[in-house]
This record gives sequence, C-alpha cells and structure tokens, in this order.
Amino acid sequence: MLLKTPLNDIHKNLGARMVDFGGWEMPVVYTNQIEEHHAVRKAAGIFDVSHMGEIMVTGAQAFDLVQKLVSKDIEPMQDGQVSLGVLCNERGGIIDDLTVYKFSPQQYMLVVNAGTAEKDYQWVQQHAQGLDVKTENISAEITKIDLQGPRSQEILQQLTPADLSEIKRYRFKEISVDGVSMTVSRSGYTGEDGFELYFENTSAEKIWNVLLEKGKPFGLVPCGLGSRDTLRTECGMMLYGHDIDEDHTPFEAVYGWAVSEKKDFIGKDALMRQRQEGLQRKLVGFEMLDRGIARQHYPVYFQNEEVGVVTSGTPSPTLNKNIGMAYIRPALNIPGTAIEIKIRDNLAKAKIVKLPFYTRPSRSEAF
Amino acid sequence: MRIPTIKDDRLYTKEHEWVKIEGDAAMVGISDYAQDLLTDVVFVELPKAGKALEQFKPACVVESVKSVSDVYAPLSGTVSEANSALEKSPEAINGDPYGAGWIFKITGFKTEETANLMDAAAYKAFIATLKH
Repeated sequence: MLLKTPLNDIHKNLGARMVDFGGWEMPVVYTNQIEEHHAVRKAAGIFDVSHMGEIMVTGAQAFDLVQKLVSKDIEPMQDGQVSLGVLCNERGGIIDDLTVYKFSPQQYMLVVNAGTAEKDYQWVQQHAQGLDVKTENISAEITKIDLQGPRSQEILQQLTPADLSEIKRYRFKEISVDGVSMTVSRSGYTGEDGFELYFENTSAEKIWNVLLEKGKPFGLVPCGLGSRDTLRTECGMMLYGHDIDEDHTPFEAVYGWAVSEKKDFIGKDALMRQRQEGLQRKLVGFEMLDRGIARQHYPVYFQNEEVGVVTSGTPSPTLNKNIGMAYIRPALNIPGTAIEIKIRDNLAKAKIVKLPFYTRPSRSEAF
Repeated sequence: MRIPTIKDDRLYTKEHEWVKIEGDAAMVGISDYAQDLLTDVVFVELPKAGKALEQFKPACVVESVKSVSDVYAPLSGTVSEANSALEKSPEAINGDPYGAGWIFKITGFKTEETANLMDAAAYKAFIATLKH
C-alpha cells in the first residue's frame, strides 16, 4: 500500500501520472515534463513534496544535538536561517542530506528526504538520549509545497500581507498565506528563486488551489517529480540514493564545503582521516559529446579502462545537451578530460565539466 | 488517461509495437498507448540496416527523459531501413506514432508469424485489461 500526501486526489484530478517514489504515490508529470521544467526556469511551478520528512528538535540542548549530528557548523546560524547539511554515520558515510531551520537555539526543524525519514528520525532519537531535548517526527502532519521560479515572489505576494522581499535567500519567516499560518523559506531544489512552504495538512488543498489560481496569469504550472529531477541535476544538486548514500562521504560527493573542522560531530574522525589519506573517487559532472543519454549505474571509461560509474544522467532541457554525474578517480577530475560512458554495447564520448551545469542569471542580467 | 488511438490497418504486440505490412516490407513503430506511457521521447537508438531480428526480441531502444525502453521486433527478419529522421526529431514518436514516428522496416519476414500478433480489436481489448 503506497503512502499518499494530502494532495493525492488533486494530482489525480489534474491528470498526473502517478508513480511509486520511495513508497509514496507521487505525481511524476502532469502534462509534459519538459514544459514543466521550462516553466520553472522562465516563470514558476509548484511541487507537492509533502512526502519529505520534518523532524522538530526542541529543548535546552537542541543546539547541542543538532551540532553533534550535522557535519556543518551550525554555531554561526541566526534565528530564521536555513542551512544545508549532511548527517553522517561513524564511518563518514552519508545517512542523509538535509536542511536545518533554526527557529531559536532551543528549536530546530530538520527537513529530510522521504525515503530516509524514518531512519533519520531513529538516528536523531538515538543520539538525543541523555540530552535535555525533545524530538518529534511531524512529517505526517505537515504539507510541503515548493513554489519555484523567477515569478514566485510576485505570485506569493498576492496572498500575504508580509513583505516577501524581506525574506532573503536561505532565510525563513512564519507568515500568513491566504489566512493560513505557515513557515516560508526562500530556498529550493531547482536553482531558481522560490519558496518552500510548510503548513498543516488541513489547508493543503486550499493552498495548492489558490497558488494555481493566482499563479496562472504568471505562467505557473503544477510540476511533477520528473521536472524536479532535471531541474536539480542541471544545478549539480545531489539526490539521495543516486549520487549519495551511506557508502559515500561528503568529501567524495560535493559536500566538502558542509564539513566543519572546527567542531566535533559524528563521523568527523573518519572524514578527517579520509581527507589525509586522499580520496579514491570523486563525484564529478560530465556532458555527452556523442549521442546518447547516460543513466545511473552505467560504467565510465578513460582510455579503455573502467574508472567509475554514473550516478545521475539526463537530457538537460535548459542547456539542450545530455548531462550527468559520476564517481570517478579524483585525478581525472579536470574539466575537459575526455571520458567515455558505456551505453549498452557502445562507448559514447563525453567530457568532464565543472559543476553546476547551470546557474541562473543574476538579477541584474535578468532585468 | 486519455483514450489512445488504435489504427485498424495494422497489427500489434503485447509490448505495444505496431507493424504494417506493405508488399515485402513491414513497417514498425510503437502504439499511441505506448508513446503516451513513455512521455516525451528524447532519444532513439535506431537499429542498423542488415540487423537480424527475432520475433519478440529487442530490436532497438527509445528513451524518454526518465526511462529507457526496448522496442521489440514484431516479426523475425532483417532490418532494411531505419527512420533516420528520428535522430533529429525523436518527438515525432509522440506527435505522430503511426506516421512520421515509424522506427524501422523489416524485410524477409515470415508471414505465418503474424498469427502471433493482435489485430486492432484484440489490441484494444488487451490494453483495456491493463491497469493504469
């Protein structure tokens, strides 16, 4: 039996194609995946991502617990700030990547992947023992809608008295949207400007519908997980279970920047050791030169020798080329290096490129 | 899901290929039902002319943004021609699955193998049984 978000009926009524995503019945596409992708780059789109998990950490030692679990130093975080981070096991392997919302030094919200939410919560609970802190998995009560794209602020501003220009990138506020109180951050998983909305399930359909209605004149469309995947890949954002997992470390992935040397956290010893000894593999970006689309698990070759494996691969609707990410020998991580991807029986030419593949134009260029 | 168009002038497989026999060549493509299920076709790996095919064995590959799918040979025989226009415009498979979206032609096929295929009515009944 698949799990359903509070918007399940709405998706089906909109004609979405539903798929099993980590045990959840989720919309992969409504009308056309490539059009949904372009809508987010050029106008706006909304995504139901209520399957994701939210874990509240509250109490006198909330800071201590989060600081111990997350690889990034959260000491400099201000109230109302969002930070990306990684949970590691003792070996430095990635249990999950997540966003940390700091309400106060006594209250944090951890937003985690759907497929790992239960595992993450057990991990958090286990390490909370003996600390003056309460942990709560509120995933089942929370609806999460991501509103993404350059028109997002204009669309959302119609629905709230709060001045959205005051919510800067990676900041959040508790505001009222169409009369519903919610946590709204300026952040996302598409590489565009936009917001992530967290609120109680009882208002799920009302908020979804009003966003659709108010967004339509701006070109907003509902977007499925298919376009979410191409959007994130273009930005070199990693997907848990594909590009990262417990057998890979933040240094091997592109999360080295999220590892703090200054503080202690679970997995730090292993990570510092790994950095001293050197990496055996590194996650890199590549683009195809020959025809063909690289897919997860396809082998990577360099001068006829197998040197790695593809973790994500897709056509890029924005760049109009086929792109991907792969773990390869670190010495080969030089942009321009010629590699080959084994696609079925053929070796197709590709080259290493710098991540991200796509960066959105800055505001001054856009206007 | 919208109701797929099924053309009466050709035969179908359970894997949703169609085959239309014209003289000594059999033209092959995928059905409207299949292209809708695949969503946007972005890449076709065409079979080379001369490739030997066996009925219901993989002949070539079509890819959507998200997935890779085999196209199965509806008849045994030899590939005589592939639709090279699909290299530039794979989306023709979505837009016109029974016309411009044809994928390859087979010659030297055995007519008796058509007994293993479905006509339009049988194929219509078959896809009605599929859960979607």
